Amino acid sequence: MAQPTVKEVLFNPVFNNNPIGLQILGICSALAVTSNLKTALVMSIALTLVTAFSNLFISMIRKQIPSSIRMIVQMVIIASLVIVVDQILRAYAFGLAKQLSVFVGLIITNCIVMGRAEAFAMQNPPMLSFMDGIGNGLGYSVMLIVLGVIRELLGAGKLMGFEVLSLAKDGGWYVPNGLLLLPPSAFFLIGLIIWGLRTWKKSQVEAPTFTIAPQVANQEAH
Amino acid sequence: MSNKETTSRTLMVALAVSLVSSIFVAGAAVSLKPIQIENRQLDKQRSILAIAGLGEQGMSGSDVKRVFGEKISAKVVDLETGEYVDKFDPATFDPLKAARDPKLSEALPGSEDIALIKRRERYTTVYTVEQDGKLESLILPIRGYGLWSTLHGFIAVKADLNTVVGLGFYQHAETPGLGGEVDNPKWKAIWPGKQLFDDTGKPVIHIVKGGVDPASASAVHQVDALAGATLTSNGVDRLLQFWLGEQGFGPYLAKLRSQGV
Repeated sequence: MAQPTVKEVLFNPVFNNNPIGLQILGICSALAVTSNLKTALVMSIALTLVTAFSNLFISMIRKQIPSSIRMIVQMVIIASLVIVVDQILRAYAFGLAKQLSVFVGLIITNCIVMGRAEAFAMQNPPMLSFMDGIGNGLGYSVMLIVLGVIRELLGAGKLMGFEVLSLAKDGGWYVPNGLLLLPPSAFFLIGLIIWGLRTWKKSQVEAPTFTIAPQVANQEAH
Repeated sequence: MSNKETTSRTLMVALAVSLVSSIFVAGAAVSLKPIQIENRQLDKQRSILAIAGLGEQGMSGSDVKRVFGEKISAKVVDLETGEYVDKFDPATFDPLKAARDPKLSEALPGSEDIALIKRRERYTTVYTVEQDGKLESLILPIRGYGLWSTLHGFIAVKADLNTVVGLGFYQHAETPGLGGEVDNPKWKAIWPGKQLFDDTGKPVIHIVKGGVDPASASAVHQVDALAGATLTSNGVDRLLQFWLGEQGFGPYLAKLRSQGV
């Protein structure tokens, strides 16, 4: 198998193979942290860094890892990186770390990180793996930023905490849609985005796992 | 590379990876600790200022420190006698740590532990705002269990030791959107002006469901509960009963009243 190029691993995950849009991974944190753009951005940066560096380190020692404990080794490396990121956030962005609360820690269990380590970094050289991590982080970030912008703008009339749409309660014209601040709205939005993505790129449409049998008789089954 | 699957090799790799990772993590944790502690302290000071009505939205860290240093003084109080003590430095004394120390705290029997905090420290830190040597407001630390977590916060009262200046929690893990609404500025805005005690000095502040009737005589002692967060509301109600009662700041407040501040 020919090695993928840097450009491919970097930009394919953004639209062609988006971790959230196509692989439907990492949904939990995408619901939880996107009620405003700022937390979405910080989470994106944190996840991109963790994915990139875990890919790098795992790829560096991939020939040494015995296959019987490879998952645990990957986990240890990922967990260490996440703890370091969490500590740095607590030290330099305390307010944001407080808002992100448990979700930074939960990057450890984010399927994107583990998935890339197992699927890519175990077979590819370090630099390429690093780029793959950045690429997948970008894919995740694009989705989070889109969600964050829509949810904060329509849900609170703000972006990054600054008022963009003047709110009706302060004498403006915009009545915010509170639903968009609640986690379920991210589900609806992700669904709509996936629909849009698959209408644009037809190759992402999956064949149905089961076909529904046609109705053979005009009456109900007895 | 031929036989990387042997047991000894597996153990070696596991050990090496764990060792390197732990050094890495420990290094980060230790080297960043001082900044984190400072952040936590700043966060606490910010919330004290906000509750005492001295803070502004979006104050910078250095402003918080400056205003806090100018306006607020910390004192350590013996909760049993109500006297100030000077054997601890209020800047470094940690009441929460004291609450875990058997020498500085006592276990609460179940019937008295209405705030569900298990142990109560003997000494705690209170904060005062003074103007020309006269007490303007008093800020008391409060804590208690809500639905999922212990709520840590402060209540500020005026010099009459009865009228609320503000209430707020700086640390909790209640359900966002439901119990988490204890942080909602609108809810916190109900508190200022409420009266904590009746004429006999008994804490009568309560959180009531179904709205406060402004015409009723007890409206000044009542606060509207949080919608969809009965257990968090009950928790806040009970922790106030506890900390304002005899087990909490009762003796201290009685002492202050008798001194006529």
